[in-house]
This record gives sequence, C-alpha cells and structure tokens, in this order.
Amino acid sequence: MQAHQRMLDSTPNGLHSGESPLLQTLGLTKRYGDFLANDSIDIDIWPKEIHALLGENGAGKSTLVKAIYGLIQPSAGEIRWQGQPIVLSGPSEARSRGIGMVFQHFSLFDNLTVAENVALGLDGRESFKDMSARLEQVSKTYGLPLDPRREVWQLSVGERQRIEIVRALMQDPKFLILDEPTAVLTPQEADQLFIVLERLKAEGRAILYISHKLEEVKRLCDTATILRGGKKVDTCNPRLETAASLARMMVGGEIKEVKAAAGRKTTVPRLVVNDLSLAPSEAHGVRLEHISFELKGGEILGIAGVAGNGQDELFAALSGERLSKDPGTVVIEGIAAGHLSITQRRKLGAAFVPEERLGHGTAPRMKLSENALLTGHAASGMVHHGFIDTAATLKTVDRATETFDVRKAKRDPEAASLSGGNLQKFIVGREILRNPAVLVVSQPTWGVDAGAAAVIRQALLDLASAGAAVLVTSQDLDELAEIADRIAVMFHGHLSAPLATADATREKLGLLMGGSSLEPKEAAHAVGA
Amino acid sequence: MQLVLEKRAERSNTIALVSPLIAIGLTIVTMTILFAILGKNPFLALHAYFIAPLTDAYSLQEIAVKATPLVMIAIGLSLCYLANAWNIGAEGQFLIGAVAGSWIAVKTQGTDAGAWVLPAMLVLAAAAGALYALIPAICKVKFGASEILTSLMLVYVADLFLDYLVRGPWRDPQGFNFPTTAEFDPVATVPLLIDGGRLHLGSIITLLVVAAAAILLGRTIKGFEIRVVGAAPRAARFGGFNANQLIILTFAVSGALAGLAGIIEVAGPVGHLQPGISPGYGFTAIIVAFLGRLNPLGILIAGLFLALTFIGGEQAQIAMKIPLDVTKVFQGILLFYVLACDSLILYRFKLVSPNRQVASGTH
Ligand SMILES: Nc1ncnc2c1ncn2[C@@H]1O[C@H](COP(=O)(O)OP(=O)(O)OP(=O)(O)O)[C@@H](O)[C@H]1O
Ligand SMILES: [Mg+2]
Repeated sequence: MQAHQRMLDSTPNGLHSGESPLLQTLGLTKRYGDFLANDSIDIDIWPKEIHALLGENGAGKSTLVKAIYGLIQPSAGEIRWQGQPIVLSGPSEARSRGIGMVFQHFSLFDNLTVAENVALGLDGRESFKDMSARLEQVSKTYGLPLDPRREVWQLSVGERQRIEIVRALMQDPKFLILDEPTAVLTPQEADQLFIVLERLKAEGRAILYISHKLEEVKRLCDTATILRGGKKVDTCNPRLETAASLARMMVGGEIKEVKAAAGRKTTVPRLVVNDLSLAPSEAHGVRLEHISFELKGGEILGIAGVAGNGQDELFAALSGERLSKDPGTVVIEGIAAGHLSITQRRKLGAAFVPEERLGHGTAPRMKLSENALLTGHAASGMVHHGFIDTAATLKTVDRATETFDVRKAKRDPEAASLSGGNLQKFIVGREILRNPAVLVVSQPTWGVDAGAAAVIRQALLDLASAGAAVLVTSQDLDELAEIADRIAVMFHGHLSAPLATADATREKLGLLMGGSSLEPKEAAHAVGA
Repeated sequence: MQLVLEKRAERSNTIALVSPLIAIGLTIVTMTILFAILGKNPFLALHAYFIAPLTDAYSLQEIAVKATPLVMIAIGLSLCYLANAWNIGAEGQFLIGAVAGSWIAVKTQGTDAGAWVLPAMLVLAAAAGALYALIPAICKVKFGASEILTSLMLVYVADLFLDYLVRGPWRDPQGFNFPTTAEFDPVATVPLLIDGGRLHLGSIITLLVVAAAAILLGRTIKGFEIRVVGAAPRAARFGGFNANQLIILTFAVSGALAGLAGIIEVAGPVGHLQPGISPGYGFTAIIVAFLGRLNPLGILIAGLFLALTFIGGEQAQIAMKIPLDVTKVFQGILLFYVLACDSLILYRFKLVSPNRQVASGTH
C-alpha cells in the first residue's frame, strides 16, 4: 500500500492513477564489496511512457538496468512486473517476459554477419531463413536499414547499434531499455531513433532511456528519475525543467563552464599530414583520399563528419596501427613517421585515444594498472630492463583517478567494471598525463556526463595551452565549436579544408557533411590556414 | 524442460579456480564406471592408480621423473596458448630435440670428448626444437596456414625420421639388430641427483623453467604482451604489440623447451635413442597446460598429477591386468572435462521450460 502511495506521488500529474505500473523496483540495492552501486532505489515504469534515467558517470544507471534485465542479481530489494514480484535468473527470462535491452557497450561478434548476430541473441526456434526475413522486415518497418549479410566488423558504430535495436525489437518487448543510445549517433541518426521511440511508445510500450544529453531528454521523455551516488534523488517531469536544473539535480551543485585560456599562442607545426592516401584494409572500409593538414602546437583542430566516412581509417593511419609506405605522409614533431609503429610514434611524443573504449582503448579483463601499461610502456618509465614497474603503473592510475575524478569501487579494478564514462575519463587521463606533444583523440566525451565532459574538454584546452597539438574527431558539433580553433569535415575519405571555428556555421558544416563543397574561393582560402 | 548455456554477466573467479578440480572429480566418476564395465573392482583400480604410487619412495621418484618432461613442455605450450597461438606439435619438437642432441652423443661415442658434450647436446636440442616449431609458425604468419594442422602433422614426420635413424645410420652395431643407438657415454648422460636413485638434473632444470616462466608472465613486459595479445587482440595492437612476432616467439620458445625435454629424457632416464622414447609426453602436456590453467605453478601441480596417472597406470597393469591404454583414455577424458568445465567460467547452465514465450514477433 505504501509503495502504491509513493508511486502516485512520483507521477508528476497523476496521469496513471488507476492503472498499475508495468515495472517497479522497490528498495533495489546492488553491492560490490563495500561499495553500494545502487542504494535502495524505487522506480515505477508505466506503459506508454518514455522514462529517463539520469545521473553522473558512476551514479549507478547501468547497474540498475542490468538488474532489471536479469544480468546481475540485486543484493536486496524487489522487482515487480505487472504487479507481481519476480526474480530474474538471467536475461533470457527477462526477454521472455517482454523486457528488451540495448546496451551501452555492444555485445556483437565481429566475425559474424548481422543476421548471425541477431540469431545468436534470440531465444526463438525459427529457421535462420525466417529469422533473416523477419529481420529485414522489422528493420524496414522501423526505418533502421541493415544488410543482414554484412559482417559486423565492417560496420560503423551507428550501424552496430541498429543491430542491437532491431534485435531487441524482434522480441516484441513490452518494455525496452536503452543505455545511452545516442551517445554514439550523429544528430540525424538520433532524430531517426526518436521517431522510432515515439512510435514504440504510441504502440503502448514503455521505454527506459539513459542519456547524458539533457536537451534530448527534455524533448523526448515524459518522466525522469535522477540518481546520484547510487541513490534516487528525485523524480520529475523533464519538460518542466531546464537542462541546467536537471544537471544541478544530478550533480548536486553547479557545473563549471569550459574556459579557453586567453592568449593561446600557436607555435611550430607538430603534426603534419601530407597527401595521405590509403586503400582500405577491408572490403567495406573507406579509402583515404589525399588528406593534408597541418596542426601547430597550441592548436586544436576538430574533425566533424558522419561516422563511417573514414574517421576510423584516419585514426589508424595517424596512430600507426596502419602504416603507410611513404614515411612523409605523417610527420610528427618534424620527423617523418608514416612508416613508424605506434610505439615509435608514442616515443616521438604522440598519444592516442580511440573511440571504442573496451577492447580497443583498453583490454576489458585487465586491471587499470595493466591498461596504464598498455600505452605507457613505450615512453613513460614504467618498464626498466624489460621488467614492469608496478608501482609506476599504479601511480598513473592514482593520478588519473585524482585529476579526472574517476569513480571506481576499488583502487585497481578491471577496466570492464568501470562505468562507461569513468572508463573514458581514465583513458583520456592516461594519455594526457603523459604530457604528449601531439594528442589524437576520437569522440573524447562519448557517454560522459556533463560535468565530466566539461573536465575532459577543459583538459584538452589546457593541454593545447601548454603547447600541444590536439586533433579531435567528434560527431558533436557543439563540442567542436566549444574547443576547436578550426574545424574540417570528413566525407567519403576526403577531408575538407579547415574552417576557422567562428566561420564554421552549422549550415556550412552541414553542407560539407553531406558531401557538397563550399564556394571554391572560400575553400581555397582556408587551405593552409 | 530444456538445458541451455547462458553467458554470465560477471566472470566467475571461484569457478576459474575450482574448475580443474571439478574436471578431475568428473573424470574419476567416469573412470569408476569404465572400470566396472571392464569387470575390474573400481575401488581397487582407483587405489592402484592414485594411492599406491604415493606410498613408496621409488614410485615417488618415478613420478618426479615423469613430471619433468611434462611440465617443461607444458610451460612452453602455455605461453603459446596464452598468446592465442596453437602449438599442438610439441611431441614432434620433443623427438627432434632428442634426435639433434643424440647426434652429438653418437658422434662422440667412444672418443675422449670432455665435459662439454652434455651442455652442447642440451643447447643443440633446444635449438633444433625451436627451429622445428618455427616451421608451422612461419607458415601461419606468412601464408595463414593453420598452425594446429601443420604442427600436428610434423609430429609424424619427426617420429618417422627418428625411426629411420635408429634402424639405419645410428643403429648400435652390437645391438643384436634392435633399433637403438648404443648406450650413451657418461659425459653424454644427464647426472643423477641421488646415487642409485632415479631423480636427475633435468628435474632441477624444469623447476628453474617454472620459476622463469612465473617471472616472465608476472613481472615482465614480454609476459604482459603475451597475455594481452591473447586476451584482447585489438587493444594489443593499439598497445603496439605485434601478434605475428609473438606467434614466432612463443612457438620458438615452446619448441626449444620441448626439444630440451626430449634430450633430457633420452640422455637421462632412457640412456640411448630408440623409438618409443615418449609415451606421448607432447600430447599429455597439452592437458597439463590446460589443467594447470596456463599458470606456471598450476602447471607444476598438474604435471605431477598426470605423472601420477602414468605410474598408476603401470601399477594397475601389473597388479590388476588393466590395459596400459586405459591411462590414455583417462587423460583424454580429463582434457575433455577440463575444457568443458572452463566454459562454466563464462557461462552457466540454465533450465528453461520449452513453452515459454518464443520470439515469434507480431510485426
Ligand atoms: N562488476 C563491478 N565490480 C565492481 N564495481 C562495479 C562493477 N560494476 C559497476 N561497478 C561500480 O558501480 C558504479 C556504478 O556503475 P554504473 O555502470 O552503474 O554507472 P553509470 O551510472 O551507468 O555510469 P555511466 O554514465 O558512466 O555509464 C561505478 O562506480 C562502478 O565502478
Ligand atoms: Mg552506464
């Protein structure tokens, strides 16, 4: 009875009185050792509702939804489904009851095709052919185009997410959980997703939606539950709040503004790319076509563009994960480095942050200290005569933790146990603490909460102020506008001439991202800026 | 009801530790049934296998002697397997090492060659084992050939080569036409640790190898590289580690250790080169590596346990006329269970009722 009372209170306008919630948690608690990832959380989800779950990195959002999806067992508390208490022994039971989930980190097999991946995630016994047909049909109905025969490793992040969404929709869920779905999407892709979600809502389903993008929460969601430090702090109607007031509830205070240091001076060119062309390493990859740019110390160059237009290939070519025959195509600190390995480039003072944190930026099952060693062994004094200096690796973990406020359950946990945003802070911190001369970073604030995103952006600005050259690839135009001095756009493997950020209006960038060129005069002018 | 395998959300560390013990338990249950089918008293048979050898000093020494090559080979294999390189041909590398080392012994036979002979034999055997292991490794790296198949096939080549040598050019003229070389000279023999005993210097070398591997994997950047390449290949490439170089390196090291084990066996307990010097050490070592969780200390324990089954098998044959091949059956079943139980670290069994809502979809 008391729970029912609370439920009514938490519904902003008493909209739902009379019906019963589709799903409820009562005092849900998850403990990792002494650490409370979820502390007695009550939440009510109603049909025909898009419910936002907000909170800082490490607030416990993913933990809560994993418990609802049966992936982890709560340490205490209760989950009720359509009024009945349930204990979920695993995700397949959750799915069979009508709970679907799209994860923050994808769980796809790279070497299998789209259809095979979907088949593995389904519990049904239909034939592979029927399943493939249904896959195409569902993806068409909801406007999420997918080629079932392509192998996952060839797909962009946005396309991978589409697989996860279609897979979840194929189970016809009554309740769909999405953990930071738009973190990896372009604005256009996100709009497309919102149409899908509105439609699912109209069909009578409930949606639990985790996001750090408060504007989109205001636009899309009917209710918002806010977590802080594992506890529920509030439930509200996001449409009646401002982004700033939501952020205050999450953080329990104000968020700092990002400030560029005044009078930042550019110095010598530290990263130069000369006519870099590179054939794709796989069938569906993008060919890099005559890419040239020059990046001086003290400068931040932003690369915008829709995912899958060659950004990954460019990152691989710059980092040395792929080598080019001509050493002169990539020049780091005045030294031709196109033929040098990633380790040698690190020794020249370069540092890299890839967009995929688990499995690329870190080895998920290894400790943070080992992941510090992963990129630090080259030039950070962590190795003496072939022996690992464990104290030095731990010190890097501690420093990154302190500087970037990485929240974790213990001093040196496995990378996979960190919340998404905290892992990102660790990875960025790990590279910045090496004081690189050149930093190449992809999607620096994917899935990072507003406060932490500000910290990371500030750190990039500070690094540039200290004289480093910073190359940021991001799909978030606001982010680039905030930190970059110049912005170039990638399209079909070509890189446009950089525009000064002040000139880079949304219209111009939109044109470039769609493959049109700007007026020849202007483009020519911007070359070699 | 239907039994399905479901992925665990969190890797179970407890199961990672007890999984080998569960595997041993299941193997013993299966063997009990097998003995009963063979018409032997299972309890007496199990006693002969696992208890009797532990009760006298001679058998205890014999266990250490048998464990010596097993552990030494398995350490090398574990490096390969950690790095995702699948060397299945340690048996062949063992034989080639034995042949190469024996070459010096045969050539110096009856001369007044000094104390350099044994060290030279050890070095040559290790080098030959490494080179032999490099064949599948290079085929893998250069042409993408499956190292599993090529390394396995080379076992038979090595086996026949040894056979040819001891039946032809190296046969002992005074050996009554038996396919064997003459007994090695004392300078070409691995010294015993206890006069009149069976324990030899090879066991000490093996212990050193175990310690070296533990240091390598736990403390050095090379060991880290091996672990990370196997555990997260893409992250390893980002870290600047080259998987192909590592295939070459781990195959070479494991080949060298197998070759070294080969010559120690020939110049130690056997005393001369002949066919059948190995009861399948190179294959049993695969089981040892996995049963020991690819961990040096674990491998040492697992090696002693499998050595026990060899000795136990011999005793069971003598005492109860149980065929010696039952030992191989035992080892095969054990490997099967070890690998099966390992999947429980990441997966768990679950019963689901077949009439649950099937994902039929109404779109
Ligand atoms: N398996 C685990 N072992 C130990 N601690 C864990 C484990 N999983 C999560 N945690 C901790 O629980 C806390 C909450 O993590 P959770 O992933 O729920 O955060 P989140 O709100 O989803 O954050 P983000 O926005 O960054 O994704 C984090 O501090 C994390 O380190
Ligand atoms: Mg999360």
